[in-house]
Amino acid sequence: MEPFRKLTAHAVPIDQPNVDTDQIIPARFLQKPRSAPFGDFLFRDVRFNADGSEKPEFVLNAPFRREAKVVVAEDNFACGSSREQAVWALYDFGVRVVIAPSLGDIFSANASKNGLLTIVLPAPVVRGMIDALKAEPDLEIAVDLENQTVSLPNGPAHGFEIDPYRKRLLLEGLDEISFTLGQLDKIEAFEKTYAG
Amino acid sequence: MLRQKGVKPRAPLRAFGTPDHYIPTTSRDLMDMQDAEARQMAIALQNDTAAAGIPFFGLNDPRQGIIHVVAPEQGMSRPGMLIVCGDSHTSTHGALGALAFGIGASEVAHVLATQTLWQRKPRSMRVTLTGKLGPGVVAKDIILALIAKISAAGASGYAVEYAGPAIDALTVEGRMTLCNMTIEAGGRAGMIAPDEATFAYIEGRPYAPKGADWDKAVAAWRRLKTDTDAVFDREIALDVSTLSPMVTWGNSPEAAAPITGRVPLLEEAANAEKRGVMERAFAYMGLTPGMPLTDIAIDRVFIGSCTNARIEDLQSAAAVVRGRKVAEGVEAWVVPGSGLVKAEAEKLGLDQVFKEAGFQWREAGCSMCLATNGDKLLPGQRAASTTNRNFVGRQGPGSRTHLMSPAMAAAAAVTGHLTDVRDLMGER
Ligand code: SF4
Repeated sequence: MEPFRKLTAHAVPIDQPNVDTDQIIPARFLQKPRSAPFGDFLFRDVRFNADGSEKPEFVLNAPFRREAKVVVAEDNFACGSSREQAVWALYDFGVRVVIAPSLGDIFSANASKNGLLTIVLPAPVVRGMIDALKAEPDLEIAVDLENQTVSLPNGPAHGFEIDPYRKRLLLEGLDEISFTLGQLDKIEAFEKTYAG
Repeated sequence: MLRQKGVKPRAPLRAFGTPDHYIPTTSRDLMDMQDAEARQMAIALQNDTAAAGIPFFGLNDPRQGIIHVVAPEQGMSRPGMLIVCGDSHTSTHGALGALAFGIGASEVAHVLATQTLWQRKPRSMRVTLTGKLGPGVVAKDIILALIAKISAAGASGYAVEYAGPAIDALTVEGRMTLCNMTIEAGGRAGMIAPDEATFAYIEGRPYAPKGADWDKAVAAWRRLKTDTDAVFDREIALDVSTLSPMVTWGNSPEAAAPITGRVPLLEEAANAEKRGVMERAFAYMGLTPGMPLTDIAIDRVFIGSCTNARIEDLQSAAAVVRGRKVAEGVEAWVVPGSGLVKAEAEKLGLDQVFKEAGFQWREAGCSMCLATNGDKLLPGQRAASTTNRNFVGRQGPGSRTHLMSPAMAAAAAVTGHLTDVRDLMGER
């Protein structure tokens, strides 16, 4: 997995709550292998017409949004299905950070296994970012994982919380299975005492 | 993923697999799968579980079905267990007193390889349900009413325990419906402390402990109760005697209302953002603000899914359908949750009740719940569905889904529009 440390990049505001993973990637793409171009499937049915042409009103099709590496979304982003392909679709599109007041739990867990950072910030702060991005689409957001801060140009740095283990996974780009198997002695000790 | 890393499953006998999402419901032949990639995936599941020594119920096994129906039915899901699966509705198994939640594909690989998972303790929420359900009101109505009350993000970050007199009175199958849809409130796990009803449900099932082991297990399970002085991070109370049968009108499970009510008005939205969501939902769902819910005419009916395709669900739907006909122009399906549910229903003659009314009686699987196997709504078609998600495009591109209980879906099937099932119950 690619490590993540910091970036400064364009961002895309997704100004609606409860965006579910069925929207992020419709179920009919789930059987594709990981090597498939998942970025093309991102928000497929809201981003493209049935004939494959772009829907101009959808935010990802606007200037500066195509090269966005940050998504700033409303409450409960990526709720619903556990499909890890939702993370792959965002990642393959180029997104490395998702910021929201709350996120689907399983999505956040999946994100941290794939080099995608999820950040929870208070609702008013996120609201302010979305409004700023709508007013000035070329704004760049700066995200620093090491110091746990997010900021807009000339704005204050907002601190965020992150699970120390997830932080380490992302900073070091750890392979989690090898990492855990490195502690096999503890697993074996537990298995000896576990009766279930 | 494990093969690429050269890692073997650590405890294959603690794992289990059965195909459900992609399989046909018209036959039991993998070769009938239209999509070559999906067929390849189903074959890979079969081969990989065999190679790893993981127990597997294939398509020709009469016990095959939706994993969240099959595992409890087999006695595999038991109190005190930690159960994970690469599917968000794993929360279902919490109804048996297990801690059960959905994980992604990478975590599934991690669990198979290491038999462990890195987790942080979630916040805790208790939902206390009091009162007695009225006639025609069931577990599905409780969970839809709860999500409408706390929102689709209301339990985000929490593990939820359901408790109270209304839970004590609920059947284990009803409890599964509640825990199943906890994810639709944002909660990853829903659970219910095991009691006599739980033990009675598990006893005698194929994977349940037997003889002296059973007695020992039950003694241990009896201790799995929340301490009386336990403090939860959040407490919610709901009196279920106030509830009516519920239906959804929008594209989030929180957009639910009693069938006696109306589609909301834009002015009733709490804020500008909610108003926008409502406007989009009305356009997508083809609804007029303020229209009575019972005026919504439907094209399709789907009785199935891990939320509502167990035997009790089919019985309650059949009770409404018996002696009636599916309304003209409506296509109605029943897809049992497992091969054994189907066999049981056939033993009870329920298949005849459904078929005589004009329903299609199909093979077990997820089917039109997420429409990856070719079973789907056509664009613009509207369904009364016993599933769990009414998202945009969930039952096929352009599909319009109204969630409700099996009896309510049956009522819609025979009248052709959303209907208060209690009106049909009074007639006989
Ligand atoms: S029935 Fe629907 S919700 Fe349940 S496991 Fe299958 S696809 Fe998922």
